[in-house]
Amino acid sequence: MKVMVPVKRVVDANVKIRVNAEHTAVDTANLKMALNPFCEIAVEEAVRLKEAGKADEVVVVSIGPKVAQEQLRTAMALGADRAILVETDEPMLPLSVAKILLAVQAREQAELILMGKQSIDGDNNQTGQMLAALADMPQATFASMVDITDGQLTVSREIDGGIQQLQLPLPAVVTADLRLNEPRYASLPNIMKAKRKPLDTLTVAELGVTLKPHQQILAVTPPAERKAGVMVASVEELVDKLKNEAKVI
Amino acid sequence: MTVLVIAEHDNVSLKSETAKVIAAAASLAGDIDVLVAGSACAAVAESVAKLQGVSRVLVADNPVYKAQLADNLAKLVVGQASGYSHIFAAATSTGKDLLPRVAALLDVAMISEVVKIEDADTFVHPIYAGNALEKVKSLDAVKVATVRASAFDAVPATANAAIVALDVVINSVCSELAHTTVASERPELGNARVIVSGGRALGSADNFAMLETLADKLGGAVGASRAAVDAGYISNDLQVGQTGKIVAPELYIAVGISGAIQHLAGMKDSKVIVAINKDPQAPIFQVADYGLEADLFEAVPKLVELI
Ligand SMILES: Cc1cc2nc3c(=O)[nH]c(=O)nc-3n(C[C@H](O)[C@H](O)[C@H](O)COP(=O)(O)OP(=O)(O)OC[C@H]3O[C@@H](n4cnc5c(N)ncnc54)[C@H](O)[C@@H]3O)c2cc1C
Repeated sequence: MKVMVPVKRVVDANVKIRVNAEHTAVDTANLKMALNPFCEIAVEEAVRLKEAGKADEVVVVSIGPKVAQEQLRTAMALGADRAILVETDEPMLPLSVAKILLAVQAREQAELILMGKQSIDGDNNQTGQMLAALADMPQATFASMVDITDGQLTVSREIDGGIQQLQLPLPAVVTADLRLNEPRYASLPNIMKAKRKPLDTLTVAELGVTLKPHQQILAVTPPAERKAGVMVASVEELVDKLKNEAKVI
Repeated sequence: MTVLVIAEHDNVSLKSETAKVIAAAASLAGDIDVLVAGSACAAVAESVAKLQGVSRVLVADNPVYKAQLADNLAKLVVGQASGYSHIFAAATSTGKDLLPRVAALLDVAMISEVVKIEDADTFVHPIYAGNALEKVKSLDAVKVATVRASAFDAVPATANAAIVALDVVINSVCSELAHTTVASERPELGNARVIVSGGRALGSADNFAMLETLADKLGGAVGASRAAVDAGYISNDLQVGQTGKIVAPELYIAVGISGAIQHLAGMKDSKVIVAINKDPQAPIFQVADYGLEADLFEAVPKLVELI
């Protein structure tokens, strides 16, 4: 079984971003970039499926600028077998990403598409579901457990109020939640090995995908600052403030 | 302009988010229809019919919709979509699962977690864990969006809309094997006036009981940081943050939580924030209205005693 894992290059989760002075975009120049944490979890899960003998190839795909090769190498250092970069400098909406992934899937014919539930930049949480819709595949989003037995996929999903366990036929799209696994650290020998693994580059035009504009970004602004609070010296003072100043208890 | 809102429910009762999504829809000043898809969900439809601003309640009541699966629900919604200018759902796990699928089938983009509607085409939503707000103008014929319920005030239950049965049965290729819900007497996080949240510092599931006592005294809910959930102190659906629940209660008490960007994303719109932490440098103090530098194991029992 082949597993395809779409991955994204994003600003590192520990970096606090700023909006640019013109209020037109988030300023990402010279920030530390990383593999989106949810994508990393998806890669880890795919590699574990391979290690368990349930998958035989893990292909990672990214849509983005040339430098996104770094994140594809990281994914291969974690154990993915090969990588595809669909090179573009255009910012892409989830729908466009899903259309491009659909074209890659048409070539790859993966039986399982495992991806992160959201990227921590746009926080959209859309791409996996959109790809599943376009490919007419079933989906299991927000996965905290994935198992494959006899061509049937069983997934536990983290939903509001609890856990839902689903069974679905393959091919299918699964999106990873935080508690699916804890990704390994890439070892130095594996980082070296990843440099020699195949990485193909394609363009959107080569894939025959035509995209159209759907949205215009009018402004990007920082959120309202909270007004500075105070430190209280004791639990007594806290209770007094909550009762008599904030009047919330 | 006509808006289709997808109701959020568990087949038995309507969830509080729906009345807030209807409030968002009402700002567009058009007709509002609400779709209730479920199984044996007549009571839900009746609750929806009472909500102010609702024109019609469309009910697809069939066992195939019981588990709220995205593949067949998306087809059901798309089948009803003609004539609607907007399709909204709450940004809950069900709404997030379903709406992108609907948007893709309609070949339109989707806007996630809308916190403000400026006009029929223009929406504001947070990006980067709420550290920026993006205002977008949709160029699509149908606007599909999830709405962040905590950003809108619920409409009251003062109306009596018509209930229309939809006789459309679409099967899912998935099956639900199990559904475990965590029963709780406390209010839901999205609804609670007060939330007491605990972090890694609680150290054990047993110690969380202390926060439960405090929450019960305040008539509130219990929440948690990711670290506390990952450590197994409390169930996953109580995680507050970028990738958990987004809340905005009147009072949020963060106990032994450092205040990582991802946690702040879920609670920094709370009206009053209290932080109890023994590290004076903890970032949570930067968003707190009242900060108490203290050992939680001393401060919390005392707080319980004084309230
Ligand atoms: C992609 C991604 C998504 C994430 N999503 C979320 C999310 O949705 N929600 C979330 O919460 N996190 C999320 N995180 C994790 C987040 O980055 C932090 O790791 C997490 O919030 C830390 O939890 P904490 O504050 O409980 O633990 P810590 O950061 O370890 O903080 C513990 C705090 O307790 C204090 N303390 C210790 N002992 C005591 C005591 N006796 N009395 C008082 N105070 C004490 C310490 O001073 C410290 O400030 C996410 C991370 C990533 C990468």
